[in-house]
Amino acid sequence: MNRYISYFRPVIYIVIFTLILGFVYPLIITMLSSVLFPVQSHGSLVFNSNGSVAGSKIIGINFTGPQYFVGRPSATNGGPYNASWSGGSNYGPTYLPLIAKIKDRTEFWRNLGIEGEIPSDLVMASGSGLDPDISLNAALLQVPLISKSRNISSVILESLVNVESNRQPAFFSGRYVNIFALNKALDNLSQEV
Amino acid sequence: MSPIDLSTDIIIIAFFMLLLTIVAYFFGRFLFSVFSGKISGTRTGIIERWIYRLTGTDPDNEQEWKEYGRDLLIFNLFGGIILFIILSIQGFLPLNPQEFGPVNPLIAINIVASFITNTNWQIYSGETVLSYLTQMSGLTVQNFLSAGTGICVAIAVMRGFTRKDTKKIGNFWVDLTRTVLYVLLPLAIIGAILLISQGVIQNFDPYIHTTGYGTAPGQILPMGPVASQESIKEIGTNGGGFFNANSAHPYENPTPFSNFLEIFLILLIPSSLPFAFGFFLQKPRQGFSLYIVMALLFLLAFSTLYGFEYLGNPAFKDMGITGIPMEGKEVRFGLLGSALFSTASTATSSGAVNTMYDSLTPLAGMVPMILILLGEVVFGGVGSGFYTMIGFVIIAVFIAGLMIGRTPEYLGKKISVFEMKMAIVTILTSGVLVLILTALALIIPGGKLAMHETGAHGFSELLYAFASMANNNGSAFAGFDGTQFFYIISGSLVMLLGRFIPILAILALSGSVAGKKTLQSGPGTLPTDSLSFIIWIILVILIIGILTFFPFLAMGPVAEWFIMSGGI
Amino acid sequence: MRNGSSCQGGFETSRKRISKVSSFDIALIRTAVWQAVKKLDLHEQKENIVMLLVELGSIITTIIFFLSLVHIESGSPLFIGLVSFWLWITVLFANFAEAISEGRGKARASSLRESKEIIEAYKISEPKPDAKGILVASRDLTPGDMVLVRTGETIPADGEVVCGAALVNEAAITGESAPVIRESGGDRSAVTGGTLVTANEIVVRITSQSGESVLDQMIAMVEGAKRRKTPNEIALNILLVSLTLLFLIVVITLQPVSSYSSTASGMGSTLPVTVLIALFVCLAPTTIAALLPAIGIAGMDKLFRRNVIALSGRAIESAGDVNVLLLDKTGTITYGDRQAVSFIPVDGVKTEDLINAAICASYADETPEGRSIITLAEKIMPCELPELNEAKFIPFSAHTRSSGARRGDTYWVKGAPDAIIHEVSSKGGIIPPDLDRKVTVIATSGGTPIVVCLNNSILGVIHLKDVLKTGIRERFVDLRRIGIKTIMITGDNAQTAAAIAAEAGVDDYLAGAKPDDKLNLIRKYQAEGAMVAMTGDGTNDAPALAQADVAVAMNNGTQAAREAANIIDLDSDPTKLLDIVQIGKEILMTRGALTTFSIANDIAKYFAILPAALAGIYPGLAALNIMNLTSPDSAILSAVIFNAIVIPLLIPLAIRGVRYRAVPAGELFTSNLVIYGFGGILVPFIGIKIIDLIIAGVPL
Repeated sequence: MNRYISYFRPVIYIVIFTLILGFVYPLIITMLSSVLFPVQSHGSLVFNSNGSVAGSKIIGINFTGPQYFVGRPSATNGGPYNASWSGGSNYGPTYLPLIAKIKDRTEFWRNLGIEGEIPSDLVMASGSGLDPDISLNAALLQVPLISKSRNISSVILESLVNVESNRQPAFFSGRYVNIFALNKALDNLSQEV
Repeated sequence: MSPIDLSTDIIIIAFFMLLLTIVAYFFGRFLFSVFSGKISGTRTGIIERWIYRLTGTDPDNEQEWKEYGRDLLIFNLFGGIILFIILSIQGFLPLNPQEFGPVNPLIAINIVASFITNTNWQIYSGETVLSYLTQMSGLTVQNFLSAGTGICVAIAVMRGFTRKDTKKIGNFWVDLTRTVLYVLLPLAIIGAILLISQGVIQNFDPYIHTTGYGTAPGQILPMGPVASQESIKEIGTNGGGFFNANSAHPYENPTPFSNFLEIFLILLIPSSLPFAFGFFLQKPRQGFSLYIVMALLFLLAFSTLYGFEYLGNPAFKDMGITGIPMEGKEVRFGLLGSALFSTASTATSSGAVNTMYDSLTPLAGMVPMILILLGEVVFGGVGSGFYTMIGFVIIAVFIAGLMIGRTPEYLGKKISVFEMKMAIVTILTSGVLVLILTALALIIPGGKLAMHETGAHGFSELLYAFASMANNNGSAFAGFDGTQFFYIISGSLVMLLGRFIPILAILALSGSVAGKKTLQSGPGTLPTDSLSFIIWIILVILIIGILTFFPFLAMGPVAEWFIMSGGI
Repeated sequence: MRNGSSCQGGFETSRKRISKVSSFDIALIRTAVWQAVKKLDLHEQKENIVMLLVELGSIITTIIFFLSLVHIESGSPLFIGLVSFWLWITVLFANFAEAISEGRGKARASSLRESKEIIEAYKISEPKPDAKGILVASRDLTPGDMVLVRTGETIPADGEVVCGAALVNEAAITGESAPVIRESGGDRSAVTGGTLVTANEIVVRITSQSGESVLDQMIAMVEGAKRRKTPNEIALNILLVSLTLLFLIVVITLQPVSSYSSTASGMGSTLPVTVLIALFVCLAPTTIAALLPAIGIAGMDKLFRRNVIALSGRAIESAGDVNVLLLDKTGTITYGDRQAVSFIPVDGVKTEDLINAAICASYADETPEGRSIITLAEKIMPCELPELNEAKFIPFSAHTRSSGARRGDTYWVKGAPDAIIHEVSSKGGIIPPDLDRKVTVIATSGGTPIVVCLNNSILGVIHLKDVLKTGIRERFVDLRRIGIKTIMITGDNAQTAAAIAAEAGVDDYLAGAKPDDKLNLIRKYQAEGAMVAMTGDGTNDAPALAQADVAVAMNNGTQAAREAANIIDLDSDPTKLLDIVQIGKEILMTRGALTTFSIANDIAKYFAILPAALAGIYPGLAALNIMNLTSPDSAILSAVIFNAIVIPLLIPLAIRGVRYRAVPAGELFTSNLVIYGFGGILVPFIGIKIIDLIIAGVPL
């Protein structure tokens, strides 16, 4: 019997550990989390008034201007902000197509009448392709454009941006805003106005 | 971007290192008590005893290094086979809402090699290929077990130096069970819950089709049991992401706090092991000095990476772009969160990324590469960092011992011919693999096609790929396409050889020193806990690394840096 | 003290050298140069893989040179030719380093060999001087054979005196011309082949096979012929060979990488083989690999110059690791004999009277103790020697344990306190009440009290004391600083031993030691993880010598002791152990220092060669030329030349050895790290720059 066991010991161990680590552990975590953090564990979803899912609070979506604040460029496969295939451009710093692309994006903002320095996050793609945030400066930069298209005063918009950015913990980086939250707040503001 | 506040960043780093040191000290102490069997006898030890009964393990029956190594290999082999089977039949198994079919056998072999070796090199994109069941009962399990294997080896090495006149270095099954039950699992549970609180997902829902908002179109949001894997991915320095974007993905790493936590979890066990070593030896200073070696190298690497990214890319400055190069970075992590994560992840064998290294400025990108090429001893992989460091220490002690006119000894163990051989195999195997395969890839027809870019940067991608695989890191200059037949096969081999050859060598070394008598130390013995010796180990590590890879680095990142600085 | 005359040497280094061989003798250099060329034979190099690979590299570049002359290979023939030339020089320098140290050994060996001609021996069948025998050649003797050696004859082989006693001149091996007594039984029975009997005749039982005598071993050791590598050397060699193979892989893989890079950048070309080989040779630890044999041979030589023969290289290196030293008190720590240091009269007796009596009692006493009493007395009371012409000497006897002199009815006796007291009281004499106290004071201080009496009245006590050898205290202080524990072994009682131990400053002592105690003590320390060294000469010491990690036998000791030991001291000076420890350390230090230096050099060589080689492909890399070397060709050539000439420049250091200082290991390490580590990084930057300036100045 002992001998029999010692031959199969590795297999028995694998089976035991697969049960504990591969089933019991994730299931316990899943159960615990659905009780403790039901919203977060299911993706921090944002719902439409009709109950359908608009998106996730923490996954970036591809807004276009000038009605809305625009997020960062995204280099995901199959078009920008493709949540089912995350990833960055993986272009090297001296890769000419990357330089060209960034130049194009810079031109884009310049053509919209933006002068002065452009924050790098606004013209460079994020690592995940799903970055939900932009830097405070990148948001402020867009205020004149939004103000023009929505006809809301820049001062109000700036304070809106500041309020939104204060919601974000920023001990690792400069201040930033969540683009989805900002744009929702913008819509709410528009309705009020 | 808002301007970077250097002084705040320095304070954060200082705080981080202080916190790490304190926690590592106590966790090291905890590791020591776990592996000296202090928990096993208590009420908490009931599951452990139950497992021994079920498997017919006699916990008091210790093994010689050969038996230890044999059981370790067999266990990993069986683990690999089971993983391969799961990958091949995932289409017929439950928890597959996206109805993914079987994984291509060639890719499956690579995944197996990658996950049992703690590399977690990913030539697939998780959200498009793998079912939930595969992720959790295949990959998550190996995340635990490959990490456990590394810790077992480290512990066996520590025992070797603690003992004398015996051939026994512990029992693999006992060490493995204790690692899993008392170290990895509790940490993973705590880590997972904390991560979920920040927004990491944990569910078995099918992918969600969203409607979008305003001008933004809808998306397909992937779901899954992410947190349970994310937390062990960091704790076990595995690094294989649930999603393609790895820890840059908001569902894996949603906030600055989760980022901080993940960095901390990556470093926790590797930085505790030197302390545990000190407790095993009953000479805490010896363990602490190894920790200092690692910590100094860590800070050096971090500052270099941070500094060169801070300097940025002149090409963009000329366009009127302000702020650090954000290509491949997430806004919420900024420079500090990205640089710290990258250093931690490549200093250890984690290879998790929250930043795309491919897009780092050349010399900043060289930092992860060098950390990996040095053999990942700057804290290093769970276990592997420690035992590789011991390999370096043996070499350092040998030359230093001669320099003071004594037959070299470390911790009272004479370093003789056998130890020398094993130490050299431990530290040089991966380097030799990197050199040979990188060159081979350039010779074989079509090998160059895997590089996304050409010239210096393309070469960096290739070099990084083999460095990462041979040292079981798993991160990549991800523009590199490793899906060619040559890379799948050579990569799998490199991962296996780079993992198990050093493991066997260091186990043999441990067995050999365990069998020796422990010599007294005194004023005539080389103090291996002195500042001079700490500097010496650092020098030895750097010199061996530089001498081996200087020409390659010169034609990769260094050349690219000059190209970048010279203007394009 | 078994052999006063040869042990008195104390700490002066040995007086006579067997042969004086200067390291830079012209003839020696000429031979070494010739040997260096002869060693180019690849078979000769197979022991030294690093240099073998360098030589193969030289051959390849030379072939390329000839091909380039006829334009089959591209590249400047001048450059390729110069590189090849210097690569050959590198190999020759390495060969030269080995040859010159071998040459010194050989010169010594041949002087030794002169005393080892084949001689005839008179082989007899039984150990009696008058036994019948036959003449045989010395090489035909086998262990167990008995030979008779008469005055003027040479002892044919190592052996043991089984009958008789003779004066033997051992100058052939010790360089000491004063003959020594060799007699059967006891601890002075061993004789060495090749030594000369100057008086009397002895029967010697041969103990060693022809070719294995001490002399043969000496010759083999100094020639380096039988030099087996020590574990340390093998381990170091493994490290060096591994690094070399690693660098070989680096340069081989560099070829396709440079090929890819030049294609990709559209500039430059694949690195030429000449440059790759130059890089390889510069990176390979040629400096230490070239000097390694020289260091080992020079170490043997250094010992030999101090008249010490190590029977294996391992023994010397172990000496460097010793952390417990067992030393016999007598002869090592103290001079063999006790000496009088003061006269202490009992109450009511004048010092002069005591001294007078002491002089009379010792007048005819020829023992060193007796002499020392007279000497001391003369010092205190000059020119007042009593008249003793008609006195009769009373010799020392074991029964009375006293000695003295008698003139008529008057007699003077001195002796051990209890013996005298017994004698006096049995004859009805009075024992002074303060005698006991005075005797005790002396005994407690580690001295020996000698009671003196005139007729039947006790006059006082002479204080005899063990005298420490000059400088021994300082030596023990040094030893303690470097972590070596000293233990004094003595047959004295604990009280005396403790006093002397304290005075000498040894860490511990073993009093009342019996032969077994030594063995047990060694085992005890070894079990605690110590490396133990001891010296010994008697047959009694043999088991302990065999057990010790480093065992030094005195040449005047017994054959058993010499066989059990791994080091033989021809001067029979037990303090030599300390020198051996130092030399052992210096050998290892020299290896470690040169290894560090050699590897540290590589950084500068990379900075010389890589920018030169790669700037064609990526012009930006020219910025790595931090030494600002003139041209790519001169940069590469400078590195190669530096790599070559550093070898002969370091030969003196390899032969002399890195000096050992008696400081704690940590301090020693720090200073060597700075000198050879950081120095090793810095020096080649300067050296290569200078060579480059010279090359640039030469119009080519």
